[in-house]
Amino acid sequence: MRWRFPALLAGAFVFLFPFYYMLIGSLQAEPDPSVGGAFPAPGNLTGENYAEIDAAINLGRTLLNSGVFTGGVILGTMVFGVLAGYALARLRFRGRGLVFSLMLLIQVIPFQLLTIPLYVLVVRSYGLADSYLGMIVPFAINSTAVFVFRQYFLQLPGELFDAARIDGASELSILWRVAIPLVRPALLTGVLLTFIGPWNEFLWPFLITKNQELQPLAVALSNYLTTVSARAANPFGAVLAGACVLAAPAVGLFVVFQRQFISQGLESGLKG
Amino acid sequence: MTVTSNPVIRETPRQGISGRRTWFGRVIGEQPIGGALVAPYVVFLLAVFAYPLGFAVYISFHDYFFAAPGAIVERPFVAFDNYVAVLSDAAVRRAFGNVLVFLLINGPLTVVLSLVLANALNAAIRWRTFFRVSYYVPYVTASVAVVGVWLFLFNSDGLVNAVLGPVAPDPSWLVNSKLAMPTVAIYVTWKQLGFFILLYLAALQNVSRDLYEAAAMDGAGRFQSFWNVTVPGVRPATTLVVLLATVTGANLFTEPYLLTGGGGPDGASASPVLIMYQRGIEQGNPDVGAAIGILLVIGVLILALIERRFVGRED
Repeated sequence: MRWRFPALLAGAFVFLFPFYYMLIGSLQAEPDPSVGGAFPAPGNLTGENYAEIDAAINLGRTLLNSGVFTGGVILGTMVFGVLAGYALARLRFRGRGLVFSLMLLIQVIPFQLLTIPLYVLVVRSYGLADSYLGMIVPFAINSTAVFVFRQYFLQLPGELFDAARIDGASELSILWRVAIPLVRPALLTGVLLTFIGPWNEFLWPFLITKNQELQPLAVALSNYLTTVSARAANPFGAVLAGACVLAAPAVGLFVVFQRQFISQGLESGLKG
Repeated sequence: MTVTSNPVIRETPRQGISGRRTWFGRVIGEQPIGGALVAPYVVFLLAVFAYPLGFAVYISFHDYFFAAPGAIVERPFVAFDNYVAVLSDAAVRRAFGNVLVFLLINGPLTVVLSLVLANALNAAIRWRTFFRVSYYVPYVTASVAVVGVWLFLFNSDGLVNAVLGPVAPDPSWLVNSKLAMPTVAIYVTWKQLGFFILLYLAALQNVSRDLYEAAAMDGAGRFQSFWNVTVPGVRPATTLVVLLATVTGANLFTEPYLLTGGGGPDGASASPVLIMYQRGIEQGNPDVGAAIGILLVIGVLILALIERRFVGRED
């Protein structure tokens, strides 16, 4: 048992050090890749890198784009995903088994395979390149969230629904007044797990946004990394400053709500 | 649950409420409104998954090219021409080979490390929440952000080489044709490990305590009980971990694109999705790109079947 705690501690160091180093690197006036550079040196600290990345890719605008993209996906998932999860869990209708099998089947299709046909359809056929709608559409309803909603609705006691039906409540008002208030934790889990998808997504928005005004932060930062950074005064500092801004919301939400995230991990892990 | 149900209602037979079973009711189901509630999701699945999947197959069998919207162009059926073009393309074959290297490193490493760490975390231990959070942080962070710091760390004169000193590889990690793909594989293992640790933690809850006690009674040591009780006990989870790791490997794009500057050096870390993007969109041959995608899925299915044979042996 003696090795266990030090081993876990060493593991935590390996996982957390790059994040610490990201922050330190983003604050260095001169990049210092030596061992000593891993410790904050008072003479070498600056906020200049944040100003530089902001001048290059307009952090406010790209954060707004990331926010609209992510917000659209969360909205779609919370409206249509909750409805679907509720119907799949609690209502008996023709085709329910088929929809559920379809949903599980979809989970094993690698999304990247669909990149080419989706690009042809969204960009060429529907002309949705450089638009928020085009970014959101392929992610509009998160299937893992639908699965989580269904699991939570299934756990509610059936008598509750029978009682409400006896009282003459319509199915929609049962969902709104009885079921949703009881699954609030699931809704929070749904928002959190839906958040990290589009916020971190790179390939799809990268393909369909050529207009810098519409690029989410992940796309703008990667373009900066591959093209502009070579010419910057302190390229690593500026990239790391951008990386900190991109990572902070996801890491912050995760640390605050880690319990919900972890239950989501278990839930989606068990889906098979 | 906070709501306790009325005992009178609990005794009410279900038929009394929802059992108005007419002929019509049987055809559309008892609560046909369910169909309406699920309809937007079904439309989404069909539009974003089913239709594009069929469309990918269609594109891959035709001489398909980009044209202005509304333009009427001929895109003749070319049978397997695109597949022949793909398979005779050395860059594509190399990319598929690279993914195999990736999977051979990433798969075993993921299974062993996540199971060992999950097992250690499963014990009553100080700072458990801290450990769980720290292992999961890379998983929730955008790869684009983390790639920035890995570039800084694994640069020729980066911190990793500074620590290694004389044993640092030359050329450095990401520009060395032998080490680029393994470095990408280790990066992805590191980034995804937290998710797999949680998966194993969930699976460990299902391994019966009695089995450990029985093993201890038979004089099994800690390693023996890990090998003979834990490992078989979490085998269904291992099957899932291996499958998900394979799908992650098949989807590889961001890391070779950014970490090794587009699959460098000289294609040594190119992935099929990267080549699919270059051929299909950058060079404007969506038919070739779609064929790469279809071959990739067939490859994943074959690997999944092989893995099932070897990992999920019990059934």
